[in-house]
Amino acid sequence: MTLIDENPAAVASAPARTKPVTMAAALGAALRDAMAEDPDVVVFGEDIGTLGGVFRVTDGLAAQFGDGRVWDSPAAESGIVGTAIGMAEYGLRPVVEMQFDAFSYPAFQQITSHLAKMGSRTKGRMRLPVVVRIPCAGGIGGIEHHSDSSEAYWAATPGLTVVMPSNPTDAYSMLREAIACDDPVIFMEPKSRYWMSEQIDLPVHSLPMTRARVARIGTDVTLIAYGSGVKVALDAAEAAAEEELSIEVVDLRSLSPFDDETVCASVRKTGRAAVIHEAAGFGGFGAEVAARVTERAFFSLEAPILRITGFDIPFPAPKLEQYNLPNVERVLAALDTWEW
Amino acid sequence: MTDSDVFVGSAARAPIRLLDESGSPVVGEQAAGFGMPSAELLLKMYRQMVLVRRFDVQVTTLTRQGRLATYAPALGQEACEIAGVEALAPQDWLFPSHRDTVAMLARGIPPQGALAFFRGEWHSDFDPKQYRVAPLTVPLATHLLHAVGLATAAKLKGDPVVSLGFLGDGATSEGDAHEAFNFATTWQSPTVFVIQNNQYAISVPLARQSHLAHFVDRAAGYGMPGYLVDGNDAAAMYAVISSAVERAREGGGPTLIEGVTYRVEAHTNSDDPTRYRTAAEVDAWRARDPLTRLERYLRAAGELDDELAERFALEAEDLAARTRELMNTEPVLDPLELFDHVYAAERPAMAEQRALLERELTDTQAGAQR
Ligand SMILES: Cc1ncc(C[n+]2csc(CCOP(=O)(O)OP(=O)(O)O)c2C)c(N)n1
Ligand SMILES: [Mg+2]
Repeated sequence: MTLIDENPAAVASAPARTKPVTMAAALGAALRDAMAEDPDVVVFGEDIGTLGGVFRVTDGLAAQFGDGRVWDSPAAESGIVGTAIGMAEYGLRPVVEMQFDAFSYPAFQQITSHLAKMGSRTKGRMRLPVVVRIPCAGGIGGIEHHSDSSEAYWAATPGLTVVMPSNPTDAYSMLREAIACDDPVIFMEPKSRYWMSEQIDLPVHSLPMTRARVARIGTDVTLIAYGSGVKVALDAAEAAAEEELSIEVVDLRSLSPFDDETVCASVRKTGRAAVIHEAAGFGGFGAEVAARVTERAFFSLEAPILRITGFDIPFPAPKLEQYNLPNVERVLAALDTWEW
Repeated sequence: MTDSDVFVGSAARAPIRLLDESGSPVVGEQAAGFGMPSAELLLKMYRQMVLVRRFDVQVTTLTRQGRLATYAPALGQEACEIAGVEALAPQDWLFPSHRDTVAMLARGIPPQGALAFFRGEWHSDFDPKQYRVAPLTVPLATHLLHAVGLATAAKLKGDPVVSLGFLGDGATSEGDAHEAFNFATTWQSPTVFVIQNNQYAISVPLARQSHLAHFVDRAAGYGMPGYLVDGNDAAAMYAVISSAVERAREGGGPTLIEGVTYRVEAHTNSDDPTRYRTAAEVDAWRARDPLTRLERYLRAAGELDDELAERFALEAEDLAARTRELMNTEPVLDPLELFDHVYAAERPAMAEQRALLERELTDTQAGAQR
């Protein structure tokens, strides 16, 4: 595996002069370009102004656009999402940041009871084009509350669109699309991928954010992953190739809506599927994936669908997180249980 | 838990008043420098109060008859409700809570739209942007943040728009109320918060809600002016709210107002208030009725006579009759609409599930015909 993951969509459209862009920088560029294009886009959250965000995603935005477009809010997540809802009701397109995954929980009520429901509640008369950016998942040595994976909560909430890029190209393209979207979008950013870079020339446009992407073509097994799991899947595919096992990797990109078409087409071809995610397996998003694939492609399946996930435990302390996170060895060992 | 004496820093005191309980004008200290609103405005408010009282009583009756799923009556709180609405300009926004259906009505939303929620037709059924009224919000205090966000957005765009959010005494305890007050003052958002302190949160009395004598004593802690007002005095409520609205519009930031009032009816039709309060207490508050007080003042001032009162009563009867007729007619609902508004963007799952329900409906119809 090279440092730079290959992204077919990016490679195809990349002009000659490209430079390495990290995912954090790609996200920042998406915010900057969206703000330059549409004066109704505003960005606020904790430390996102002067500091540029704890991950520096919003670096430079406050200086460029000023206080009326980018500002530090009080440290209160319900307040951040709640006021973003009110701003959207007046016609703005707020992009707000939850500093870390577990700190989105104070906003749970605003997100699930209002953000998700207002469009339906008002029969489409009041849409809420709000993007809630959530740095998520582990792998960065974060202390407690800094490594949660909350995607299943959001994905289980009708009215929300839930997406998660796994690379800089998608990060840029999907964030632009999320900001332009008239529905509320939970935009999850796998923290361990923030510093991954790709040779790209911005702006880039990849697939629509609601579509899954075949990240690697294979014939024997389909590994379904998203966010940080995509790198694990690609690394596992690389390792398995040495054993003559051909793995196809599908990067979901969007959890809600779910791209049944792309996922099932791959599983029908390979006949075997496994889902990877960091979140605990019990009640996790992998269960939804397994159920959907079983309902639609059961007769193409040669073996039960596997879930390779974090354990059903609270996310561990930094020195122990490596034992919880799905890795290449765990993926390959799981595939071995099929007793080919 | 025991009910303790209140915090020494929050001494019990008399609220601001412009009309005493007999309807006579109050001058001096208790008016706190607020002037009496014009007779024309007070008469307008009186008419609105008569109309919404009749409406409220009618809807409570219809709810007992099973025509609505539930209803939170505002009987006895009309001065707060109508003063809040009258203080707003057309471009301003109202953020109602569960008890404020009559305020929505007074803001111009027709009975069908104002009652769709409690009738169980749809969670909201009017155009918020047409009336500048947010959907009635049940999760306590959550809508106050929307009010702050909306007013802040207007301020950012340079529009002279004020938002007004109603909340109850119970809702003041929610975290979102705190966050809304703090965001509003920190951002100097043009927002007016009106607490309708009706003495109870369902069954829970004030002493179990807070250690303060008056919720409004929190205002200084957030950095905004606070006013304790007699919530059954329509003149005082209007004077204080409208001055807060104008201050907000001129860039003076938010205000916290507490109207001291009483929920004369049950919390909703499914509540049994005899379990937690005495008839004597209710009677004492009935004697402080906000309509009677304003009526006495207007009659003494020569602004209201029997003829005009009769006209208002007839109008109110007409509104009640229209409401009865509306609620006694089964609404025609399209179950397939359930899928139509969840997302602005197209979603295959919505189309598939809509088709499934459509097949079920066709099968049921076919079955019924056989
Ligand atoms: C977040 C939340 N918790 C609980 C409830 C249930 N509930 C509905 S009304 C109510 C009491 C509200 O009291 P108050 O704020 O004083 O308003 P009032 O009903 O007296 O007008 C409660 C607890 C709710 N609607 N929202
Ligand atoms: Mg109350």
